[in-house]
Amino acid sequence: MPQTASLHLTNRLHIHIVLESESERERERGARMAEAVVLLDVWVSPFGQRCRIALAEKGVAYEYKEEDLANKSPLLLQANPVHKKIPVLIHDGKPVCESLVIVQYIDEVWSDGAPILPADPYARAQARFWGDFVDKKIYDCGIRLWKLKGEAHQEAKKEFIEILKVLEAELGDRKYFGGDAFGYVDIALVPFFAWFYTYETCGGFSVEAEAPKLVAWGKRCMERESVSQTLYDPLKVYEFVCSLKKKYGIE
Amino acid sequence: MAAVKLIGSPISPFVLRTMIALSLKKVEYELLPEKLGEKSELLLKSNPVYKKIPVLIHHDRPICESAVIVEYIDQVWPESGYGAILPADAYHRALHRFWTFYVDDKLFPSLVAIGKAETEEAKAEAVEQFRAGLRLLEEAFVKLSEGKAFFGGDQVGFLDVMLGCFVVWIEAMEEVLSLELLEEATMPALHGWVVSFRAHEAVKEVMPESGKVVEFFKMIRAMRMKAAADAAN
Repeated sequence: MPQTASLHLTNRLHIHIVLESESERERERGARMAEAVVLLDVWVSPFGQRCRIALAEKGVAYEYKEEDLANKSPLLLQANPVHKKIPVLIHDGKPVCESLVIVQYIDEVWSDGAPILPADPYARAQARFWGDFVDKKIYDCGIRLWKLKGEAHQEAKKEFIEILKVLEAELGDRKYFGGDAFGYVDIALVPFFAWFYTYETCGGFSVEAEAPKLVAWGKRCMERESVSQTLYDPLKVYEFVCSLKKKYGIE
Repeated sequence: MAAVKLIGSPISPFVLRTMIALSLKKVEYELLPEKLGEKSELLLKSNPVYKKIPVLIHHDRPICESAVIVEYIDQVWPESGYGAILPADAYHRALHRFWTFYVDDKLFPSLVAIGKAETEEAKAEAVEQFRAGLRLLEEAFVKLSEGKAFFGGDQVGFLDVMLGCFVVWIEAMEEVLSLELLEEATMPALHGWVVSFRAHEAVKEVMPESGKVVEFFKMIRAMRMKAAADAAN
């Protein structure tokens, strides 16, 4: 659980600073560095979480700013005028939008940390392909699982299980999607691990039954601090979706 | 046996993207067109997830999704032909990739909606949405080109390729539907960019003839209208 986890969504700045020593100068330098990197985000967003995980994997200090989507900040509107959506990474005043574009940017700028995308062009192409697959499929199909009813719901359930099976087959017996190293596809997909409980409960199936290797992979990823410190409890995610359902008047 | 093969034909703007990239790099390849309405064994085997073109096959290994393919081509042949396609610095790369997402996610679907619109009202709405998207790209072009000919500056860059592949289709639809989509009055910079893009040697090599695209568009429109009429009866 993130140390500053709070369900009181205010515009207070949560500053995550990696402290190397107790000295005041170190702390000040850390604070200045953190100001250079700002992430506009919403606690439960799997897209925002991709960015948080990538930043944590690279050990980058940054300032986290929780947005209230019902009352978007002027900074968000200015930083992402096209979509007005989170996440947005602002680096030295320059905004980067689209979660997977942000993850690639983080990988390229903080290139001395462990690589997120592999160096080999073919492996990199495979990673990009699967990151794009996750992007295109999971979230939109997942929404249909809790928004729709009747035949449309059955259709969504069938599709979602198919998506899980495709990912299961792609993962195979590997430790991570990237092989031995945690990487791009893992980062793209793992935030949705906390949503599996919501999807299976709303969908009426068991993720573990349909994709056991995927569940084992998720648990392995949770052993990484970058992931366990970022993902919320699946029950909290479910609570959040239930409150959305109430808001939209869905039974 | 060609080391590089590409499944598809340039009538598809997504295939055209990859052909422009290969042309910029002056990479030789074997083009393997698919028959309309039929998917080859090779395509189904190479792209089991989507079963769609384009698929690049390099040393017998398939790469799918046009944006992934273009990045792959840029990485494998970094210095060839006209040189790098992706910008040199990370921030500009992020901008080119962001706008590519926009083109694929928002702009292209609105272009398709224009072609598919069944009422004048629906068509007008789709046209306005498409034009609004182009106006955003007009702004982006002014910022990214910094007064030069392309989104990539002096050189054709990633976003030039990812957007430029639709130029011949936009023109074909303008002709068949008698509308102006890329308005010179409100999008002067993009208008200039289209001229520069079309004039580039590497683009000229692979750009399909306007006449062919017009014919193809008319044909699929006729097919769609017939299918709709048959379904109504």
